Amino acid sequence: MRIIQSEAIVSAVRDACIEACCCLPADVTCALEKARDQETGHARAVLEQLLENAALSATAMRPCCQDTGMAVVFADIGQEVHFKGDFNAAVNEGVSAGYHEGYLRKSVVSALSRENTGDNTPAILHIRLVPGDSLELTIAPKGFGSENMSRVYMLTPAQGKAGVLDAVVETALCAGACACPPGVVGVGIGGTMEAAALLAKRQLLRPLGRPSAEPELAEMEAEALERINQSNIGPMGLSGKTTALAVHMAQMPTHIAGLPVAVNMQCHACRHASRRL
Amino acid sequence: MEYKRIRLPLSNEDILGLRAGEAVLLSGELYTARDAAHKRLFAMLQGAQGAGLPQGWPLSAPCAIYYAGPCPAAPGEVIGPCGPTTSARMDVYTPAILSAGATALIGKGPRSPAVLAALRGRAVYFAVTGGAGMLIASSIKKVEMAAFPELGTEAIRRFIIEDMPAIVACDSAGGNLYAR
Repeated sequence: MRIIQSEAIVSAVRDACIEACCCLPADVTCALEKARDQETGHARAVLEQLLENAALSATAMRPCCQDTGMAVVFADIGQEVHFKGDFNAAVNEGVSAGYHEGYLRKSVVSALSRENTGDNTPAILHIRLVPGDSLELTIAPKGFGSENMSRVYMLTPAQGKAGVLDAVVETALCAGACACPPGVVGVGIGGTMEAAALLAKRQLLRPLGRPSAEPELAEMEAEALERINQSNIGPMGLSGKTTALAVHMAQMPTHIAGLPVAVNMQCHACRHASRRL
Repeated sequence: MEYKRIRLPLSNEDILGLRAGEAVLLSGELYTARDAAHKRLFAMLQGAQGAGLPQGWPLSAPCAIYYAGPCPAAPGEVIGPCGPTTSARMDVYTPAILSAGATALIGKGPRSPAVLAALRGRAVYFAVTGGAGMLIASSIKKVEMAAFPELGTEAIRRFIIEDMPAIVACDSAGGNLYAR
């Protein structure tokens, strides 16, 4: 058994919130550079602005986008870990500290009264118990321009692979300019409604553009990406070859009667940062 | 890319002359307003008695409206990152806001047919790059609170901007860059 103190969790979450909002991962900037080189006109100008913006942001350690999102926190907890103090409270305290000390935007309101909670809490916390004695925390600030354009489909088994591909392409095309393209399309296939949605969100953390290890899914990812990029929606909807940088799919077993498909849209600011304790 | 320098609020000549697809650098005065502020402005207009603008109306007319909610300013900053939010969520309020004197709208993404119709002959919609919050903030030179400070990031702020890069997305003659 290993003891992890609350204070360590608070500071890890705080630092990761700030880092994630201010430092666009290198795989994302590389993909944006590649896209820029293929584009002309407005599409190229938009991608140049995004790259200049990312550089300004990393230098100043200030957010690349004012929508610093809801803090989605993935916690893989080693089953030999014992927490000293309240784990959930520590995560939320870390989010609160990160959003205050980093001068990040507090974008969280109660759902119906629309009253701001004041410190960007609560975090959206996804916990997994894993073997071992360490804690892996990944913070993915999720902006709502893209989150709003996400969908869950409950397909029938008869709709099969073709139905899945149509659902993915339809979601990306309907999202259009609103999801701040070119971004990443995370797809979760199977499970139950909520399991598909979480699986889709986890795909946004994959190294950008690395194909699925399952050949069948890798093929589907490539086909979906090609169809989405043929739409000519382009960067910020101003026409062009790049509407998505990548499609990431994963599957899990589901019920004999169903074929859930969740499509989680992610803008070009595909942000996340991790800490291991 | 060739940019045309444009002053806000727009001159009549620019309202009628700008065309979808033109790249511009915007300078002058604008107001931020997003979801919560729009809801309040709309309620004020609905509650107004008779002709003219409601009492306490916080915007000048004509004016430019920017759909944005900034990050707080860090020490030494005029304002935090401040890119556009999705314009489509404002569509339901926009025809009324245009009737109240807005002649320029600034945001990201396509507009509804009702908004396109309401722009005709009287206003222009500009798109700025979503997610370019730091770059856009560098064109914001002066910030003051204009209304609803209790809304925090969603309050109405008055900005003086210099050379904010934008694209004419929907013009006053029915031109629409998002049309496919």
